[in-house]
This record gives sequence, structure tokens and C-alpha cells, in this order.
Amino acid sequence: MNALDGNAIAGSLLDVFGAEMTTATGVCGSCGTSAPVAEFEVYLRAPGAVARCRSCRSVLMVLVTIRGLTCVDLRGLAALGLAPTSGG
Amino acid sequence: MARAALLGRLTWQLANVVELVEETARVRSIVLDPPAWPGHRAGQHVDVRLTAEDGYQAQRSYSIASAPEDGYLMLTVERLEDGEVSPYLADELRPGDELELRGPVGGYFVWEESLGGPLLLVAGGSGVVPLRAMLCHHRAVESIVPVRLLYSARSLEEVVYRDELMRMAAADQIDIRFTLTREQPEGWQGYGRRIDRELLDEVSWPPGEHPLVYVCGPTGFVEATANALVELGHEPARIRTERFGPTGG
Ligand SMILES: Cc1cc2nc3c(=O)[nH]c(=O)nc-3n(C[C@H](O)[C@H](O)[C@H](O)COP(=O)(O)OP(=O)(O)OC[C@H]3O[C@@H](n4cnc5c(N)ncnc54)[C@H](O)[C@@H]3O)c2cc1C
Ligand SMILES: [Zn+2]
Repeated sequence: MNALDGNAIAGSLLDVFGAEMTTATGVCGSCGTSAPVAEFEVYLRAPGAVARCRSCRSVLMVLVTIRGLTCVDLRGLAALGLAPTSGG
Repeated sequence: MARAALLGRLTWQLANVVELVEETARVRSIVLDPPAWPGHRAGQHVDVRLTAEDGYQAQRSYSIASAPEDGYLMLTVERLEDGEVSPYLADELRPGDELELRGPVGGYFVWEESLGGPLLLVAGGSGVVPLRAMLCHHRAVESIVPVRLLYSARSLEEVVYRDELMRMAAADQIDIRFTLTREQPEGWQGYGRRIDRELLDEVSWPPGEHPLVYVCGPTGFVEATANALVELGHEPARIRTERFGPTGG
């Protein structure tokens, strides 16, 4: 039970996108499940983090921070909606 | 992406440690005075960064315990014996020291009065920290949203904010229930077992009332609680979760 959730990467995502991203909805490129970024399954592993789909465990995002600069690879996501999720 | 990062809208700052409060034998609150604080919403957190003399850095997230209406920033940290960061924060930090942090961050695990209720808050161990901010916010704005807090701790001695929670429970809108999983004092009237489906069924608002639910604590605790709530018929979209990591309690 080492997994965290998307709340744990709120700071890194805000740093990169310049916007609050954990309320955004992400759509899994493998199984199509959509969920708020905050509900992604997240593993922190220096020098970054990996976010997975809670339904099919596919990798959705990879974050790498080197010398204070964070890069995000979104290749596992079919879509990332910047509009906040309604109600939850 | 790299270019966006250079915009650096979220910057690290050094906050002065104003006061330290021993909450329990393993938990300490840190009152801070960050020079540039934009204000926060109840449930948000900060990222804290420690830098060793050789330049090695360790970064962790800590929920904000204080309400938006409080004039200060308070964190509450539980010491993990073999931890890299928490023993420093819970034992070594002194008033007048500086702590590097950035925030507030997070927008999902947030409650504000406009979101309404009824509200069910479920805490495991130090998972009570962001829920305290929500309760204090509720009191500060004199909200009439009914709230229930179900708080699981190992023993009464390990209940963080104990006296304060007892005082809050005097408000008509606030109902606080404890469950002590390892040790109960003599004559204990509260619950004495781990949170399970039956206990949640007893304490939570009926699913038909569409409660808004916040669950926070160790990862295993959060998942067991959220799953049980869904089994009981609560709407997954109204259950917000925040996982702190592997479990002790
Ligand atoms: C969004 C968010 C908010 C958080 N808010 C708070 C908060 O308000 N107060 C607070 O005390 N902590 C909070 N945490 C947890 C905190 O970020 C650290 O993970 C925790 O303090 C342990 O850090 P460490 O460096 O001391 O331990 P580490 O060196 O990271 O770990 C040491 C050992 O403890 C285990 N461990 C790691 N995390 C935990 C845990 N949470 N519980 C039990 N064992 C663990 C590890 O597996 C390892 O064996 C929060 C985490 C997140 C993601
Ligand atoms: Zn998937």
C-alpha cells in the first residue's frame, strides 16, 4: 500500500502548468476511464512520480524533476480537460 | 513543458517558525509565518523541502491544519521513527528556524461552505489534519451545513486536537465520533474497532441524503473506507479522498 493519489503531485503540476490540475479530468488512453487527476494512483519515486489509471493500471503521466525543473509526459492520457470536474 | 516551468508561478519561500505545539507524544503542530501567503482553502496542502549541507534535498507534502480565516499557517506532523523528514519537523525544528515551503496547492480535497453538505468527514490517524481545517472553516463562517466526523485513532492519547474537537462537538451542526482501534480507556462510550462497513452505515448520513464525503489518512485506510462507502450506496463522485502513504494506524 505505497500508492498515493494525484493530490500528492498537485504542487509539481501547478508548477508546470501554472494552473491547479488535480481537479482536471483525465481520460485513460488504454481503457477510456475518466477521473479527476486527484484520483489517479500515484507513486513517488525520485526524481519524480508516476501516475496510473485506477481501473487498468496503465501509466498516464510521468513526472521528472531535475535541478528544480519539472517535466511532465502525458502520453498515456487520451485527454486532459482543464475544466474542473463537476461535483467531485 | 520546460518553458511552462520557467514561468515559476509557484515559488519556494522561507517561512519563519513562530510556535510549536505538542499535540500528542508523536505529533506536533508547527505555526508558520510565510512572507508571501496568498491565502488558502480548507483541505489544501503545502510542499515542504529540506536541504542538507551537502545540497541533498527531500520534499514532502503536509496538509494545512489552520482555517483560511486564521491569521497564520499551521501544519501538523506525525513523527515516523525511520522517516527522513518527519522526525526533523516533529522533533528538531525550533521557534525562529526557517522552513522552506511552497503553496497552497491542491483544489480537489477542499471543502468550502458553497459546496454544502451534509458533510461526512472520515479520518484515520494524522488524516484528521485537513479535516480540522474544514471544521475550523465551518465554525469561522458559522455554517449551518450539518457535519459528522468519524475519527479513527489507536488510543485516546493518540487523538490529535482532542480538546478542540470536543469543544467543536458542542455546536449543533457538528457531530464527532471517535473509534479507538487498539486501546480504549475504562468506561469508553465511543467505538472500539476499525472502521468497517457496519460502522460507516451507523455513522454516515443515508446515501439518499447525498452526503459530500472526505476521507483522509493512510492509503489502506482510505481505500477500505471509500470502497465500503460505495458498497453502502454512496455516490463515488461525492467521495473525495486523500492518501498520506503507507500505514501505521
Ligand atoms: C497530500 C499529502 C498530505 C499529507 N499531509 C500530511 C500531514 O498533514 N501530516 C503528516 O504527518 N503527514 C502528511 N503526509 C505524509 C507526509 O508527506 C510524509 O509522507 C510523512 O511525513 C513521512 O515522511 P518521512 O520523510 O518522515 O518518511 P519517509 O522517509 O518517506 O518514510 C519512512 C518510512 O515510513 C513509511 N511511511 C511513509 N509515509 C508514511 C505514512 N504516511 N504513514 C506511515 N508510514 C509511512 C515508509 O514506507 C518508510 O518505511 C501527507 C502526504 C500527502 C501526499
Ligand atoms: Zn485505464
